[in-house]
Amino acid sequence: MSTVSMTVNGEAVCGEVESRTLLVQFLRENLGLTGTHVGCDTSQCGACVIHVNGKSVKSCTMLAIQADGADVTTIEGLANEAGLHPMQQAFMDNHGLQCGFCTPGMVMSALDIVNRNGHELDESTVRKELEGNICRCTGYHNIVKAVQAGAKAMGGS
Amino acid sequence: MYEFNYRKVDSVAAAVEAMQQAEDGKFVAGGQTMLPTMKHRLASPSDLIDLGGVAELTGISVENENLIVGAMTTHAAVAASAEVQQAIPALARLAGNIGDPAVRNRGTLGGSIANHDPAADYPAAVIALGATVQTSKRAIPAEEFFTGMFETALKDDEIVTSVSFPLPEAAAYMKFENPASRYAIVGVFVAKTGGEVRVGVTGATACAHRGFRLEAALGGELDAGGIDAVELPVEQMNSDIHASAEYRAHLVKVMTKRAVEACQ
Amino acid sequence: MNENGIGASVRRKEDQRFLIGKGNYTDDINVAGQTHAVFVRSPHAHAEIKGIDCSGALAAPGVVAVLTGDDLAADGIGPLICGVTVTSDDGEPHRAPAHPALAQGKVNYVGDHVAIVIAETRAQARDAAELVDVDYNVLPAVIDTGSAADSGQQQIHEVAPDNVCYNWPFGDKDGVEAAFAGAHKVSKLDLVNNRMVTNPMEPRAALGEYNPGTDEITLHLTTQNPHVHRLVLSAFNQLAPEHKLRVVGPDVGGGFGAKIFVYAEELVVGWACRKIKRPVKWNGDRTEAFLADAHGRDHVSTAEMAMDENGKFLAMRVQTQANLGAYLSTFSTMVPSYLYAFLLAGQYSTPLIYSEVKAVFTNTAPVDACRGAGRPEATYLVERLVDICAADMGLDPAEIRRRNFIPVDAFPYQTPVVQCYDSGDYPAALDKAMELADYSGFSARAEEAKSRGKLRGIGLSSYVEACGIAPSAAVGQLGAGVGLWESAQVRFNPTGNVQVFTGTHSHGQGHETTFAQLVCDQLGVPIENIEVIHGDTAKTQFGMGTYGSRSLAVGGVAIARACDKLIAKGKKIAAHALEAAEGDIEFADGNFSVAGTDKAMNIAEVAFTAYVPHSYPEGVEPGFDENAFFDPTNFSFPAGTHICEVEVDPDTGVVEVVKYSAVDDFGRLINPMIVEGQVHGGIAHGVGQALLEGCSYDSEGQLITASYMDYAMPRADNLPSFDIDYAPTNPPDNPLGVKGCGEAGAIGAPPAVINAISNALGVRHIDMPATPETVWRAAQQAAAVSA
Repeated sequence: MSTVSMTVNGEAVCGEVESRTLLVQFLRENLGLTGTHVGCDTSQCGACVIHVNGKSVKSCTMLAIQADGADVTTIEGLANEAGLHPMQQAFMDNHGLQCGFCTPGMVMSALDIVNRNGHELDESTVRKELEGNICRCTGYHNIVKAVQAGAKAMGGS
Repeated sequence: MYEFNYRKVDSVAAAVEAMQQAEDGKFVAGGQTMLPTMKHRLASPSDLIDLGGVAELTGISVENENLIVGAMTTHAAVAASAEVQQAIPALARLAGNIGDPAVRNRGTLGGSIANHDPAADYPAAVIALGATVQTSKRAIPAEEFFTGMFETALKDDEIVTSVSFPLPEAAAYMKFENPASRYAIVGVFVAKTGGEVRVGVTGATACAHRGFRLEAALGGELDAGGIDAVELPVEQMNSDIHASAEYRAHLVKVMTKRAVEACQ
Repeated sequence: MNENGIGASVRRKEDQRFLIGKGNYTDDINVAGQTHAVFVRSPHAHAEIKGIDCSGALAAPGVVAVLTGDDLAADGIGPLICGVTVTSDDGEPHRAPAHPALAQGKVNYVGDHVAIVIAETRAQARDAAELVDVDYNVLPAVIDTGSAADSGQQQIHEVAPDNVCYNWPFGDKDGVEAAFAGAHKVSKLDLVNNRMVTNPMEPRAALGEYNPGTDEITLHLTTQNPHVHRLVLSAFNQLAPEHKLRVVGPDVGGGFGAKIFVYAEELVVGWACRKIKRPVKWNGDRTEAFLADAHGRDHVSTAEMAMDENGKFLAMRVQTQANLGAYLSTFSTMVPSYLYAFLLAGQYSTPLIYSEVKAVFTNTAPVDACRGAGRPEATYLVERLVDICAADMGLDPAEIRRRNFIPVDAFPYQTPVVQCYDSGDYPAALDKAMELADYSGFSARAEEAKSRGKLRGIGLSSYVEACGIAPSAAVGQLGAGVGLWESAQVRFNPTGNVQVFTGTHSHGQGHETTFAQLVCDQLGVPIENIEVIHGDTAKTQFGMGTYGSRSLAVGGVAIARACDKLIAKGKKIAAHALEAAEGDIEFADGNFSVAGTDKAMNIAEVAFTAYVPHSYPEGVEPGFDENAFFDPTNFSFPAGTHICEVEVDPDTGVVEVVKYSAVDDFGRLINPMIVEGQVHGGIAHGVGQALLEGCSYDSEGQLITASYMDYAMPRADNLPSFDIDYAPTNPPDNPLGVKGCGEAGAIGAPPAVINAISNALGVRHIDMPATPETVWRAAQQAAAVSA
């Protein structure tokens, strides 16, 4: 077992992990941050996407120990007392979620898309950029709308 | 995943030393193939030597008409690099289409070529551009680097440190994606460098390779007129539920033609 | 209109928790002292078990227990059941082989459950599971649907000769044969309905806790129907009496049918937690979902239509071989029979229909309901055949449909295959869809595409489905072991807010919002004061759960009926309080008022009075809390026309869906935003089946498509945005005027896509999934023929 420490959603945390402990396991099991989900075992579904040092990663494909010292943001770190993050709000306003299981990863990926592509996103860009996130419920129609709307709202704030 | 010893190193020398001390060690770069493989218990290294902290392995530069990319440079960094976009835009586009955005933030050039998944994208570029793979021991020409499915010329304790790509006059990559995994069913990289046109093919066979018959048909020109007539060895093509050998052979030609057209 | 009532696109109440990472899925729940379970699964498709040596696993670090089928049998835990009987053509019930939750002497598919290993951590359990040494005698495997019943095949189950579960002929065979003999034209098509893996994004999970103080087991499950789980686990598996078993389905991350069924893992976890006196948690991974979730579809069929000289359908004849997998899953037998053959009329007035379904066992995962369940298979067959008929008669696909539609004035319409359609205006939906799709502009678009080297095609699909499952008497006659009514309780608290308890459950459909809108609309209570509660047998009354697009059409009516009772009671209370005759009390917008006066009291005040009945009408019970059970008198019949437009790259075979238009009749919409989302998701599921998703086993029964590396799920870049509209009719049998919308897209889309590809290529047929290679080969052949 090794000790890892990192900053998660602005708070310093630490814990004991095996070498093989995945970052997503550390978040869910050690820290109780169960908003990050695991939907596959081949790094494809994207339900586990979080940000590590400001970039999206699949937390099922990174060891907890590799995040030692990192700055981690999960879905739990977006909303504040003033309310939902504009991207979260856009998902709600555009009915961009149904069962909610893929949603945390979708939102975290959406923020990464905005970070790299700006606030005016065309449909084909969003669809291509969501390649690493699978949703079975929505048919993506409203997710795409939500990401576009959320990006715009982030630009206006 | 089986338990293992995790070794974080901060230099190539330390990495090599750690490997030499390990019973059955593996280097891990971005881990985007290694970790899923270990999760499925298809690999069980005694030690995992993480190159993530080796600063000397990252970076992008242009020196002496060569684009030099550090082995630990992520796909996302290559895709977004202004230097790459200017020097070899096809390489930036290739990198920007590997996996998905989150995978590109972790996956690296060195990890990709050292793993040599026969459906990975980079090997086609390395071959077609006539790149040189620099390792902790030596410089290996592209065509000698990829030796077989998941096999390379690397020794167990040898680390890819950078890849040096001669700047082409024109280059393009065309990938036909597996609809499930999004890996290349067939990927063809065409490059014209120093008056020579080379074709690198991935996905089609057990090993990324130069498309000599395709190159012969091109005859050093970016003119795809002769490609349809090329007879490719169907029996050497991979075959699976997504694409038969015959279809793959066909796709190699289609992707070659499209890459040639995109070069113009 | 009430701004949050019926017809309003109210933002979903459940979204807040999902968006901030506070959903509560089964794997999010952890309890003190919990152990972790991993199942040892068969690596062989078909094998005898000669012995199981658990000693190595028992000695491994952290291992608490290793249990096998012998332990299960010794404790009297019964086999898994199938709840619907289909009578075979020999007059006997379908053949039902024993389905032990842990193998007893034999395994029948890759992924079959052999043992459970329980340890302190999941990693330890997985490490130890590899040490369970199973001695297998491998037998030949039966995999292929079409040949499973051929003579000389390996026998899987002794009770099922020739691997046949049932032969089920249905309809007027002689009448159909006579019609075919006299027909002007007969069109025929062989087709395969490809096997799918349902793939809700949340893998299945179970957490069992036993309380020795109360002798009660609590099972948290990924379930679409907690009460059905409890009933089956109690009555048939002897896990615990119903009153000593609590089943909780917390937030459920998608189901699409796959979480209806009672699975081995659920029973074994429930049993094991009592046996070891510690909580046991099992969380399946995606590989296990591929191996051991019930799969869907998997039919091989021949369809024929007899027509007169005007292209009018005279009779239809269908032969289908349906793969049920290695064992019978909970509702499997009804899917290729009642849910399939009873929909073979489609939207057409075909007077005579005869079908023969042979259901077979194979050494593959059990097959059961998957979004649409039987109805997509029927619709695909009918709507492909109709396009073939159009081609054979030289008619436009829209025209042949129009000539054969059930006329608008014929509703309610009794089909020759049991179902009596409630309402419909099929030409209206077709017309609207053709307008939405700009059908008339297609040829110009095709020409333009041709200039870019692309082949453009357009395809229609006019579907009908049976939802609102189901009238209990009807399903009882058919052999179902349960009634399919639904329940509700609407409870006012003394302070005036409302809790709505429904026997349905939600796995993404937004019931917490839709049902709140119903109550908001009917009782005039602000929507923020209404909470919908479901998914916990300890909280809600018995109910049948969510599947078959039934929750609103059946469960919603039960809620409305409970509200009716509250209003009736409220009138008595208000009459007393307002010193008026009960007959003079009117109720509107949340207020009880005395007709023709300004005397009124709010329903919240009435509720308070009912709980503090200091001055109260004689003979009226205190409390403001009513329940209702609703058993529908008929199914509901959503219908519509979907139009898909594709572009094919003939050089590679890649198909791009460039335009998709859907016009549906769901009756009245409660929340149009949610309905539209359901349509989108269904279409994506259907496009997935048509283009991408093909579950594939090799000849030895190894699942080739056992991960997302090989099973292609639709992703955002595989799909366009969809154009959606409605052509509603008013179903007379449903008190709310609703029909159900959750499965429509998955039913309508596959034939629309394949019709479009066939149109683009100019070929008669192409099987699903229309992968690039399949399409490329068809394009090559078509080009060779025309050359």
